This record gives sequence, structure tokens and C-alpha cells, in this order.
Amino acid sequence: MNPLLKSIFSANFVFATLRVTTPILFAAIGVAITALSGSINIALEGIMLIAAFVGVIVSAFTGSLWLALIFGVLAAVGLAALLGYFHLNLKADIIIAAIALNMFASGITVFLTYIFAHDKGTTSSLKSLVFPSYQIPILKDIPVLGKMFSGLNVLTYFALICVVIFYYLIYKTPLGLRIRAVGQNPDAAESVGVDVKKVKMYSLLLSGFFGAFGGLYLSMGYVSWFSRDMTAGRGFIAIAAASIGGNLPIGTFFGSLLFGVVNTLAIFLATLKVPSELIQMIPYITTVLVLAIYAIQKSAKSRGEE
Amino acid sequence: MDTILSIRNIVKVYPNGVVANKGISFDIEKNTIHALVGENGAGKTTLMKILFGIETPQEGEIIYKGKKVHFKSPLDAIKNGIGMVHQHLMLAPDLTVAENLTLGIEPRKWKIFLDTDKMNEIAKRVSKEFGLEVPFDKRVKDLPIGVRQRVEILKALLRNVELLILDEPTAVLTPQESDMLFKTLKDLKKHGKTIIFISHKLKEVKQIADRVTVIRDGKVIATKDASELTEHQIAELMVGREIKSERIAPSPKVGEPLLEVENLDYINEENIPVLKSVSFKVRSGEILGVAGVEGNGQTELVEILTGLRRLTSGKVIINGKDMAGKTPREIRENGVSHIPEDRMKNGVAEAATIKENLIVDRYYKKPFSKGILLDWKYITNYGKKLIKDFNVLATSPDALVSSLSGGNIQKVVVARELSSNPSVIVADQPIRGIDVGSEELVHRLLKEARDKGSAVFLVSADLDEVLELSTRIIVLYNGEIVARFDDVGGLTGKDLGPYMLGVKREE
Ligand SMILES: Nc1ncnc2c1ncn2[C@@H]1O[C@H](COP(=O)(O)OP(=O)(O)OP(=O)(O)O)[C@@H](O)[C@H]1O
Ligand SMILES: [Mg+2]
Repeated sequence: MNPLLKSIFSANFVFATLRVTTPILFAAIGVAITALSGSINIALEGIMLIAAFVGVIVSAFTGSLWLALIFGVLAAVGLAALLGYFHLNLKADIIIAAIALNMFASGITVFLTYIFAHDKGTTSSLKSLVFPSYQIPILKDIPVLGKMFSGLNVLTYFALICVVIFYYLIYKTPLGLRIRAVGQNPDAAESVGVDVKKVKMYSLLLSGFFGAFGGLYLSMGYVSWFSRDMTAGRGFIAIAAASIGGNLPIGTFFGSLLFGVVNTLAIFLATLKVPSELIQMIPYITTVLVLAIYAIQKSAKSRGEE
Repeated sequence: MDTILSIRNIVKVYPNGVVANKGISFDIEKNTIHALVGENGAGKTTLMKILFGIETPQEGEIIYKGKKVHFKSPLDAIKNGIGMVHQHLMLAPDLTVAENLTLGIEPRKWKIFLDTDKMNEIAKRVSKEFGLEVPFDKRVKDLPIGVRQRVEILKALLRNVELLILDEPTAVLTPQESDMLFKTLKDLKKHGKTIIFISHKLKEVKQIADRVTVIRDGKVIATKDASELTEHQIAELMVGREIKSERIAPSPKVGEPLLEVENLDYINEENIPVLKSVSFKVRSGEILGVAGVEGNGQTELVEILTGLRRLTSGKVIINGKDMAGKTPREIRENGVSHIPEDRMKNGVAEAATIKENLIVDRYYKKPFSKGILLDWKYITNYGKKLIKDFNVLATSPDALVSSLSGGNIQKVVVARELSSNPSVIVADQPIRGIDVGSEELVHRLLKEARDKGSAVFLVSADLDEVLELSTRIIVLYNGEIVARFDDVGGLTGKDLGPYMLGVKREE
């Protein structure tokens, strides 16, 4: 067999795909939960970036993974809260507010990287921590499966758990019900006394929470340093991933997985003698194609059932 | 008697300058059913929105249970025991009936989880208690509008209200359902509740109201005991002039069939056969009325005829061409117009202006467009003309449809559909929400279209409307045509009833 195909059909490929999928999945859950409440959240880029940065800095200076986690999450949720405040209280357009916050996050992390690490590009001079990987008992000893699914970063497993949490949150809790109601018909929700603003705020905060782990994973798992704009458009790819999945839990998972696969493919193809610029385009072209196909199908379907 | 609610000098000016309430004052006694009537755009819904905390008045006060109140949001009103069923439904389409019913007061399990069993139980209980049947586990968007209305009513009843506001609740109900609702309302009254009831059907007002307030152009014209007024007197108070109903003789010229349906079958997504070998013809110059209890396939039939739904098998021949499975645009191009049953869903784009809504089906044709650009000057004048011809109460053709009253939105839809010189008119509840004065107008226009040679396919939950307008009548029961009446002279609701309920069928 061709060595490239061989590497693609290997356990390694699955393992790598799950690694690559992790940050997209976290971000996509964040996007999806806000989308269900009727808002478009394009601030995941900034949310992840802030968490990635704060995690690295806190872990480097305190030596505590837990503190890094807590502060990373707080910073991300804080940024989401700011977005909510601009949008819901000051009535700013959510897209414009999110663009501003993304730029803010990008700028401030570069600035502070310079302050803390004396380098405008990365924090690699700091001794920051990473989240450990985890060998799953029994599974790790099963030949192929073990290689695929065991020994991944704990945050990757947590991402999968988050899909379940997302599911329960949306379908099994009053807050989830209210989020869906507000997204579908805010007037209806308000007419039965649901505080629409509050519900939208909660869903934004939740997107900050989920997005935070995406950021933490990038700088403290995927790699072991923070570098400027390291989210590299994952916050936007997450929007595509979530919308392919109809912003629903299982769909969001598979949407993210799809982009994980495509990205991993691009990484594997990089070994070929094809200009790397072309290969790097693959994930983005796929995004456009998939979204187009998805939109065509959706409009065909809606005519069928109307 | 105790006054539960006292409305004093309410003035409401909308941001666009429309003065919807011009100093409205009247009292509502506890434990009564108080009807509020008035023409389209008189200001009824506006006043109710003020009571419910959705709109704020510029002047005036509301005294509720002896205290001056100032509701800032529906939440305030709900906390004070006020419930409202809105004229345009307020439901989340992707949620189930049970979820919609319990939204905001969800029963919980272990504090943080929804108690789904309990939710269904509550839904079942209220549905039984108030005699309004609803499929509690179905999604709202899959339900016909009449059922959605029942959900809406249950939603208010469930919240243990003291004062219940019903804004045209019967507009989309069948007469049978309305009767059920009235029984419920009378029961509620017995239990000490107070009800404000808005309707354009004066028969209903006479039937259940204790007192009536008539408003015209934002002012109270009269508040009287219902027993003091006849239907006719109420109507005259509403419009401020004498109303004479004119009957137009049936059209003498019946011509070629323009709409022919042959062996139409439709099986829905849940594999239930909804329409079973339905065949009929509507000829030029006649109105074919469909009688039937809502939910017997009418909605689906209309949607299939107009291209909004795909049939399973059969033929739909319009002007000689088989249009089965064609798109709405192709069908409209073939001379079909459609007044949909749900104006907010299929009739208008709320956030667009009146003139835009009036040309959505023809903007690409001359004279509305010149080359690739729209001729806005022409369109504006066109909008003005239709607004006048169809008696739409609006500040200008540039007003947003969302700023119109319910009945006036309906008129916009009717204006668009009847102004395109259609050869086939599919009219589903054409006068839904329209006041007595304008009802006459719409009926006259339908008859005129018929006399000019259109074929009209009329669906209505109002049997009187079907009887009055139709040249011929078919009865739809459980997806089948169970009776055909080619001669409607002397026919009454009693003759149709047994067929509609499925106890009798023609061979
Ligand atoms: N949001 C709004 N913005 C501007 N004008 C409005 C708005 N809502 C209603 N209006 C105007 O206020 C007037 C009264 O409207 P309202 O909805 O209260 O009438 P209504 O009596 O309920 O009529 P209908 O019987 O047709 O429902 C109308 O002229 C309408 O165009
Ligand atoms: Mg109204």
C-alpha cells in the first residue's frame, strides 16, 4: 500500500484526529449553546485566546494546574460576560461587539506576552505546565483500539464529556428549555414571564465556560506554550461545525469531528511534495463546501415538509 | 359588584406617531366576561398590551384590585394574576406542547433537572380539565393553527389567572371548539375569574359576554350590558354608520374547469394518509366551498394546491397544466393566488414594509421592475392605491407590516392576492380577524373575482361563510370527500353537520 494511505488508515490517524478535534469541539459547543438562545457568537476566537494565555501565565507563575484552570475559565467567562454586557445592556450589535473583543483579546495577549515573557511571539521561555494525558485502564491494552483512544489528553476526554453535559443541559434542565424557547421565539418566552435578557446572558457565559477549555487545551495540551493568535480561526471553524450539526449536541460533535478529520488529513498530507499553501487551504475549502452543501440540502428539505 | 380593573384615560402614541388609544376609560367588574369590540385598528390589542405590561402608555392610569399599578413587563402582570392569549400566537415552534405549556414554571427533579413526566402530566391534566384537546408530545410547528390556539389558551389557564385577556381567541377555532372554549370561560367565571374577550364575531359576543365596550378610533363609544344591545346595534356602534348587508346573486356564467384535482393522495411524514383520492373541479365563475371540521385535511390540501407541500400521488391540473410538485412561483405564474390560513407564517414578512409585501409575488415583472432595478415610485403609488382600495388602516405604504393591527395585516394579504387578476383563488379563512365592515368588502371582492371568471376554492371554519359564498360545496372528513352539494339553495348547517362529523356519507 502507498505509505501515505497507510498512515491515513492507521490508529495514529484516529488518535491525531481526536487531538485536533478537541479545541474545535469545545468552541463549537460554545457557539451552539449561544446559537440556541438566538444569538450568533463569533467571539470564541477571543474567548479561547484569553483562556489559553491566562492558563499558561498562571501555571508558569504559580506552578498549579488547578489555578491555571480556574483562572483560565474565569478570564474566558469574563470576556463572554463583557460581550453580553455590550450586547444585552448597551444594545450593541453582537457581531460588532464580538469583533471588537476578538481584536482586544488578540492585542492584549500579545502585549502581556511581551511583559511576562519578553517576547512578542510566544511564551516558550516560561516554564508553564500542561494537562496530563491519561491511559484508560484495560482499553490501553487492547491492540488497535488502545492506540486510538487511550493516552489522549485529559481535556480531550473532557471535551467528549462536555457533549453529554451539553445534551443534558439543553434537553433536561429548565435553563436549557428556556434557552431554546428564547432562541425560537423571544416574545413567547417573555409572555410567560421568562427573563429573556438573563437567559441570553447565561448562554453567553456558558459559551465562555466551554470555550475556555478549548483555549486551555491549545496552550497546555496540544502544545506547551502560548503563541500569538494561536487559535488560528478555530473559533470560526467552530461556527461552521456547530451549524452543520444544527447546533444540537450530537450534530455539533460530528460537525467538529468532520473538521478534525479534514485538518488532520491536511497535516498528514504535508509530508507529500505538494506546496504546503495548497494543503493548508484544505480545511477552509472544506468549510465552505460543507456549508454550501448543507445549506442546499436544508432548503430542499424545508420545502419538502412545509 | 366589585370593580377589579379600572382603566383611566389611557393615551398611547406609537413611535411612528399613530395614536392608538386616545383617552380610553372604562371599568371591568370582577367575575364577569367583558367583551371588547371595535373595527380593525381601533386600538383593542394596544390597550391589552398595556394591561399586560408589553407597551407603556403616555398618559393615564390603571387601577387593579384597588391599587394603582404600573406593569413594566409581562412578568409583573403574570405575578399579579393576569394572563393573556395573544392575537398572534406566542409559542416556541420547535418545543413540544408540554414544553410550551410549562415554560417558565417548569416542574423540577432534584432541583436542577426538568421533570418531563410531570410536565406531560400537567399538560394532560389541564387539557382534560378544560376540555381542550392537545397532543402534548408533538412539536408546536407540526400542529395546525387551531390546535396551536388551544395550546395558547391552555398556557394562560394553567397559570392560575384571575384576570384573563383573550385577544381574538376564536378567530382560528372551529365553531365546535369555540363552543368548548365558551363552556370553559363560563366555568372560569363561576370560579370567580374575570375575562376580557375580544372578537369580531358579534354572535359570540352576544352569546357569552356580560358587558360590552365598543371602541372606535382609539376612543370608547359605549360600555353597556350585553343584553341591552343587539348584534346589529353593536356593529353600528363599531363603525359609526348604518350597515346594510347586500347579497349578490350567483354568477350566471359558469365556464370551463380551471382547477381540477384528480385522485389526490397525500401521506404525511408520519406515514398517516391525510388525503385519500380526493377529486374535484372548480370552474370559471364558481366558488367551491369546503366544509369540514378543521384538521380533516384542509390545510394539507391547500398547501398542496399552492405548492407549499408535495403530494404523494394524483394530479393537480390548473389552467390545463399539471402543476403537481411544482414550486409556488411556477404555480403562481400559472394564475393561482393564495390567501393562507396563517397570515403571520405564510402571508407576510413582518419586518418588511406594506408596499414590499404587496409586490413580493410580482416585483420581477413589469411595471414593478425596470430592467434590473425596481421602480420604487411606481411601487409606492401602487401601494397607496391598494391600501385605499382594500381599506387598510396604515400611515403609508412605507409602514412596517409589524406596526399594523391584526386585521389590517390580513387585509394586506388579501389585497396582494386579489389584485393579481388570478384565474384561480385559493382562499383559506379569507376573513380571519377582519371586522364586520371589512368582511363585507372581502366577500364582495371574492364574488367580483368570481363574476369576472375566476375559479375560487374557499376553505373556512365558519360554516355560515361557506354557505353564503359557495356555488357548490364539498365536505371533507378524515381526508376524504364524503359529500358533494351541487345545489346550495336552502342548504343549512344542519344538513352539513352529520357529514362533517363523519356520521353520514354519500354513496
Ligand atoms: N408596534 C406598532 N407600531 C406602530 N403602530 C402600531 C403598532 N401596533 C399597532 N399600531 C397601530 O395602532 C393602531 C391600533 O392597533 P391595534 O393592534 O391596537 O388594533 P386592534 O383594535 O387590535 O385591531 P384588529 O382588530 O385588527 O386586531 C393601528 O392603527 C395600528 O396600525
Ligand atoms: Mg388586534
